[in-house]
Amino acid sequence: MIETADLSLVDWSRAQFALTAMYHWLFVPLTLGLSFIVAIMETIYVKTGREEWKRMTRFWMTLFGINFAIGVATGIILEFEFGTNWSNYSWFVGDIFGAPLAIEGILAFFLESTFVAVMFFGWDKVSRKFHLISTWLVAVGANLSALWILVANAWMQNPVGMEFNPETARNEMVDFWAVLFNPVAVDKFLHTIFSGFLLGSVFVMGVSAWFLLKKREVWLSKMSILVSAIFGLLSSLMVAFTGDTSARTLAQVQPMKFAAMEALYEGSDDAGLVAFGILKKSEEKLGIEKEGHDFVTKINIPGLLSIMTGGSRDVFVPGIKDLLAVGDSARGIHSVEEMMARGAFASEILNDYKRARMMNDEEQIKILTDEFFSSKEFMNESFRYFGYASLNLPEEAVPNVPIAFYSFHIMVMLGFFFILVCVVALFLLFRDKLTGSKWFLWAAIISVPLVYIASELGWVVAEMGRQPWIIQDLMPVSVAVTKLSTGSVITTFILFALLFTALLAAEVSIMLKQIKTGPKH
Amino acid sequence: MKKTENDSPGLLKRIFRFYYEGFTNMSSWGRKVWIIIIIKLFLIFVVLKIFFFPDFLKSNYESDEQRSEYVLDQITKTPEADD
Repeated sequence: MIETADLSLVDWSRAQFALTAMYHWLFVPLTLGLSFIVAIMETIYVKTGREEWKRMTRFWMTLFGINFAIGVATGIILEFEFGTNWSNYSWFVGDIFGAPLAIEGILAFFLESTFVAVMFFGWDKVSRKFHLISTWLVAVGANLSALWILVANAWMQNPVGMEFNPETARNEMVDFWAVLFNPVAVDKFLHTIFSGFLLGSVFVMGVSAWFLLKKREVWLSKMSILVSAIFGLLSSLMVAFTGDTSARTLAQVQPMKFAAMEALYEGSDDAGLVAFGILKKSEEKLGIEKEGHDFVTKINIPGLLSIMTGGSRDVFVPGIKDLLAVGDSARGIHSVEEMMARGAFASEILNDYKRARMMNDEEQIKILTDEFFSSKEFMNESFRYFGYASLNLPEEAVPNVPIAFYSFHIMVMLGFFFILVCVVALFLLFRDKLTGSKWFLWAAIISVPLVYIASELGWVVAEMGRQPWIIQDLMPVSVAVTKLSTGSVITTFILFALLFTALLAAEVSIMLKQIKTGPKH
Repeated sequence: MKKTENDSPGLLKRIFRFYYEGFTNMSSWGRKVWIIIIIKLFLIFVVLKIFFFPDFLKSNYESDEQRSEYVLDQITKTPEADD
């Protein structure tokens, strides 16, 4: 079905969602990271009472405010798109998505918006301590907002804590804590917020480096680099650590995505991690028409992939071909072929239910409900793979391998580069050679766009890597999409592109003006 | 209780004054940003939401039962049926 449905509609709907999500994500991570950096700087001001730290805090708070204000509400558009462009999905997820988003709206948003006012209007009007607490609450509130969105996203990657109700055709949350502490949610939240902290740190280092190149605000810039390099180094190490734990979780709950990220077609024990590689199309196809890939060249670290996923070189890591045909019995992972058979059975039962409902056959509805939809065995062994019934061929369960592979590897390489940037910044600072090291100052400035690229690539890996699924194993994107005219989706795509580009241009222009103006005396 | 009744108008007045002074003494970048926020919110909630993003199921079906029937039909289509 994925190949035969109106591909242009599915593709344009996906492109529209990707565009809005990626633009939205240009604003979010800086809010997450810069809010904490500002809070740290203000804490130093309150502790030391030195006015230079207050001046520094207010400068970075201005940049935080511009980014926060321009970015606010850009995520709402994504919620509009759920109802218009992804109505089947929106209905099917039921209250699973609604509950975390509602909590986000009520709790975190109000926490943020109340204390943001104190942050900006409250200097010299409230006590230093109350102002400081407000700044910290804004930082915590912004990151709590991210928690609930990421919990909702993690459910799509690993649906847990719900039961499907055939009468309403919706999933109903039965275990809030399972949804909140979904292993994917925990990994995703930590990995995302630490990457936001890193982005905020690199941003502060980049802007400070520009001041140093211009020989302006030398003390303020050096201290800003000191705070952001320490915060950035700790954050980048946590990004690496949480990335490692995420990989282990992925290998279990999204093994196809994991294999695609490594372009691992043939599984093995003692599997190596590709540190660097260039792909080419393979002559051998996956199934009838899906292209496979080989490496033109690669740097392989022997055994590391097995160690990362299972703690030992003896652990078997399944490749794409293994997952299609045989699965991985050691970890209870079925082959795609097996899951297609189970999904087809679940779909058949749901079709029977639908027919019984149309004919008002209460007796048949009761039999199907009691025997199947109330049966844990049916729900766990068959309905769990319901989405596979929509696939024509097993190879449709394979995502775009080059996109998953390159996005992942470029993101990881950039991640290690930022660790180096933070270490070198601290080294030069403590040796008092920072202002003379123009090469490093330029590297710090260039790191600003690079850290945004890395941050966006993280989402590309997460979302493109899990295709064809909108909800892992339960619903492919082709089923989730609303059957609208492609032209109307193209129209809104263009509208969004214009709106977000205008917002981004406004942010960059106001921010550059404030940076050029510099801190006020 | 008596103290709360006496304090609350003062508190509200103080909060109002806090925001009022905050907005009237806003810096130039703050004013620009607020203009952008107002235009953006108007575009998102008035133009986009009303004219371009109606809720598909709410606007095409009258009851939840009809909506669930429609979605059930959509998700149970077999690949062959879609061809």
